[in-house]
Amino acid sequence: MLIIPCPHCGPRPELEFRYGGQAHIARPVDPSPLTDQEWASFLYSRDNERGIHAERWRHIHGCARFFNVVRDTTTDQILASYKTGEARPEGV
Amino acid sequence: MPDSLAPDFTAATVNEPFRTPSGGRIDRAKPVTFSFDGKAYSGVAGDTLASALLAHGVHLMGRSFKYHRPRGVMTAGSDEPNALVTVSRDAGRTAPNLRATQVELYEGLSAISQNRFPSLGFDVGGINDRFAALLPAGFYYKTFMWPRSFWDRVYEPVIRASAGLGKVPTAPDPDRYLQRHVHCEVLVIGAGPAGLAAALAAAESGLRVILCDEQNEFGGSLLADTSSLIAGKPAQVWLAETLAELAGYSHVTLLPRTTGFGYYPHNHVGLVERVTDHLASPDGAQPRERMWQVRAREVVLATGAFERPLTFPENDRPGILLADAATTYLNRYGVKPGKRAVIAAANDSGYRAALALAEAGVEIAAIADLRRAPSGTGYDAAKRAGLPIETGKTIAGTSGKMRVDGASIASVGEDGTVWKTQDIACDLLLMAGGWTPTLHLYSQSLSKLRWDDTVQAYVPGAVAASQALRAAGAASGAYGLEAALSTGFKAGNDAAVAAGGDAVTTRVFVTVCPAGDASTFLGALPHNRDANRVRAFVDFQNDSTAKDLKLAVREGFRSVEHAKRYTTTGMATDQGKTSNMPMLGVMAQAQGKTIPEIGFTTFRPPFTPTTFGNFAGAARGDLFDPIRRTAIHHWAEGEGAVFEDVGQWKRARYFPRQGEDMHAAVARECKAVRGSLGIFDASTLGKIEVVGPDAAEFMNRMYVNPWTKLGVGRCRYGVMLREDGFVYDDGVVGRIAEDRFHVTTTTGGAASVLNMMEDYLQTEWPDLNVWLTSATEQWAVIALQGPKAREVLAPFVEGIDLSPAAFPHMAIAEGRICGVKTRLFRVSFTGELGFEINVPPSEARRVWEALYAEGRKHGITPYGTETMHVLRAEKGFIIVGQETDGTATPDDVGLTWAIGKAKKDFVGKRSLTRPGMMESKRKQLVGLLSADGRTVLEEGAQIVADPRQPKPMTVLGHVTSSYMSAALGHPIALALVEAGRSRMGETLQVLVPGRGSVAVKLVSPVFYDAEGARLDVV
Repeated sequence: MLIIPCPHCGPRPELEFRYGGQAHIARPVDPSPLTDQEWASFLYSRDNERGIHAERWRHIHGCARFFNVVRDTTTDQILASYKTGEARPEGV
Repeated sequence: MPDSLAPDFTAATVNEPFRTPSGGRIDRAKPVTFSFDGKAYSGVAGDTLASALLAHGVHLMGRSFKYHRPRGVMTAGSDEPNALVTVSRDAGRTAPNLRATQVELYEGLSAISQNRFPSLGFDVGGINDRFAALLPAGFYYKTFMWPRSFWDRVYEPVIRASAGLGKVPTAPDPDRYLQRHVHCEVLVIGAGPAGLAAALAAAESGLRVILCDEQNEFGGSLLADTSSLIAGKPAQVWLAETLAELAGYSHVTLLPRTTGFGYYPHNHVGLVERVTDHLASPDGAQPRERMWQVRAREVVLATGAFERPLTFPENDRPGILLADAATTYLNRYGVKPGKRAVIAAANDSGYRAALALAEAGVEIAAIADLRRAPSGTGYDAAKRAGLPIETGKTIAGTSGKMRVDGASIASVGEDGTVWKTQDIACDLLLMAGGWTPTLHLYSQSLSKLRWDDTVQAYVPGAVAASQALRAAGAASGAYGLEAALSTGFKAGNDAAVAAGGDAVTTRVFVTVCPAGDASTFLGALPHNRDANRVRAFVDFQNDSTAKDLKLAVREGFRSVEHAKRYTTTGMATDQGKTSNMPMLGVMAQAQGKTIPEIGFTTFRPPFTPTTFGNFAGAARGDLFDPIRRTAIHHWAEGEGAVFEDVGQWKRARYFPRQGEDMHAAVARECKAVRGSLGIFDASTLGKIEVVGPDAAEFMNRMYVNPWTKLGVGRCRYGVMLREDGFVYDDGVVGRIAEDRFHVTTTTGGAASVLNMMEDYLQTEWPDLNVWLTSATEQWAVIALQGPKAREVLAPFVEGIDLSPAAFPHMAIAEGRICGVKTRLFRVSFTGELGFEINVPPSEARRVWEALYAEGRKHGITPYGTETMHVLRAEKGFIIVGQETDGTATPDDVGLTWAIGKAKKDFVGKRSLTRPGMMESKRKQLVGLLSADGRTVLEEGAQIVADPRQPKPMTVLGHVTSSYMSAALGHPIALALVEAGRSRMGETLQVLVPGRGSVAVKLVSPVFYDAEGARLDVV
């Protein structure tokens, strides 16, 4: 079980969280002009990183907020944790 | 001998011919009686099952897995591959596959051997041994290929009956299992000299320390060490003083009988403490086991090393033990494992065992050393003692049936040629093959193992990035007592400093002890016999031999992971503790490579077999999952309701009266609602309060419907899609105020709908000023449905004009009912005049009972979810999850009308114009009527045009809902059918497994009151 640092509450056990998939995939402000291919890619294409991966977690049994984590999927090392809307920190 | 035969303890064999008169950590003054395979024996306090049986000269403790060869105990610890037993207190308290070496004796203990029929001494399955040549590696894969029809009916049952180790208990486990979550700065696993020294150092720093060990006593190798001195004191005196010192620290937790079974991410370590297994009459207040989920800042693995067996022909007979195990039985348990010993040595531990045995009066027939020029503390002492040492020797085979009775010693020439020199009679043959550091947990942590040529073993390498651990003592490849103490103390100190503590003064442990020795021999021993005939066992528990491994290499299994699975080496309940390194040795030999070149297999949890109870803890039976009950639950219970599980909720399904089955009850309930009045507990509906200046805009984006123009005091049926355009949830939404919506969701969807709303609100539209609050448990919901609903409700309501003009269908108002605040909805999921009365749960039962009492004048009838389903199906209302399955668009289920056509965007809108979503052949919601007017179709049944077409048939759709309609007097069904709306009036066939098919006519899904007149009865 991971220890996940919630940027609002501090480090907490994974049991308190819910996974939220890959981070930094913004919903297009206006989806209508997108081609079918572009929209399908937004819907379904996700990275499957062996290594450093930016992902979303929700502290569902805590502050209930979504936030972002940079994690190495091969070691489970968490390199960064930051609030929704913030840019991925430099260097991780 | 039948397993059930009750042992006669009065006839217990009390003479223990192999027990020494003194010494060891047992209490000869406390006799203990136990039984093995129905025969009663004596033992003493401090014995294990294995040591007590050895005291009687009993070596034969099991039969092997594949060849059913007689097997004796080989080790004295958790690495035991052979002596597996079932210990049974009663039908529910039966634990199979326990290692006799770890089973502590208690008065009345009853153990039976495994994998033999009818008895250990005479085993029918032993015939397999005679046909061993026909049972090579991969035998099953090669043999049971055809005919295909035999796979399930013949091969599998026969193989399963003859294979497998222990048998599962026949009754539920009555014991309790608990779990505890703890934090500490330093966790030390293993309480041998290295672990004790580490704990001493860490404890001095004042940090929280946990020290655990799988054995009943702390001490590890010290428990069998009768010669070493530490700080001038005998090792066991030092041990007692050290334990007293550690016990004096309030910040140190000592956990004996506690196995570190799993190492998980971020220094999360699972320990299992066996609390009562060693007790004759466990205290009922104690759990059987306690799982410690430890989150440690730093971990020290002082897990020691396992001795390696040697791979020579017939190395598996009872009476063939690891050398250090023999030392342990003698020094710790006061048991001589034989009378006349031959020792096959590749490591100094063989000499130490020989010296101890000789001193205890065991005759040492020969020490056959593979090395030409051995050295070591033990070797020197053995030489001084005049023990018969022969160097450059191998073991070419052994003899004996139920017990080894001789060993063939052969010479190995410089060029590898082997010639036999002599057969030596013996009843004990010891293997000293060197040591393998116990790095299961280290490897589980994803830290790297590194091959070390000097110790000829994998040793700890780079620590995984997310973990914080170090190994000490033999586990780190530092052999010998002195190294264990010094590396242990350093590791404990380093761990404490890394965890934020202060460095402690260095302690120097002045020791007088044998030097550590890393000598070993890896690979099959040379011999001069027919390599195709002899069997040298590598994995004793799974019966795989050097020959099997060589065959696998010849057949192309180069990868050690593949060869392992093909030959099943290292895959039994011991997970290869004694066989992994010998396997790598034989594989390397066969491929002409070095061990690091062929790699190694992965260690996985658990370290030793772990009970399901340990993992389940208290989460079983009623505590397996939370149970949610509504405020009306106990009333419904009192009325004899039959409940069903809907998610975690208990919902009343129907209310049978005397003699009624479900169909009769549902028919009566349906008639009551349509004819007069029904009352229904809808409290489980999910409820979300959407509040804020941007609430309407948020609703516009989340739901397909338009919300801006919905008036305050009005409701609308909302449909929510996922971004991929498929129906996700639905429910009635009421506008309480300009900035406030009362959103209802499906019972099962409440949490996930709120999660999805929060996701969009927090991450996509943080600019919207909206708050979301779950209100599911803040409102109980009483549905009053039927022509008499208004008449019964009205007298209780204050502040709301219920007249049809003032309070029409799809209206909502706040007011009071029975003096309690209410949100009153005029909505109908039945097609009848209906109200849903939301009240605080604390008041719900009082309101319910008031309405029920008043309604009795009109025959009010409580109804359950089954009737609710029938009534909604008569109206063609879908249930998300029944008519939809995550691949239905709004158009598929006839909900296009709900979509706000003028809206530029909402979740899922863009997906609705993807080509596949607009195909004309998509399945669409239709009604079905059985042509015979009688058959109630099976939900899930497949629909085809021609049931006589060849298989696989072209399936046009499936039945989603099917009921007998009391109102209509015939069955009705809903279905999804390809291009269904263009097939109205057509006849198709619904397949009935085993009974052909039923003709059905496609009709509108609205069966009852299509014009909706009944909503407005006055």
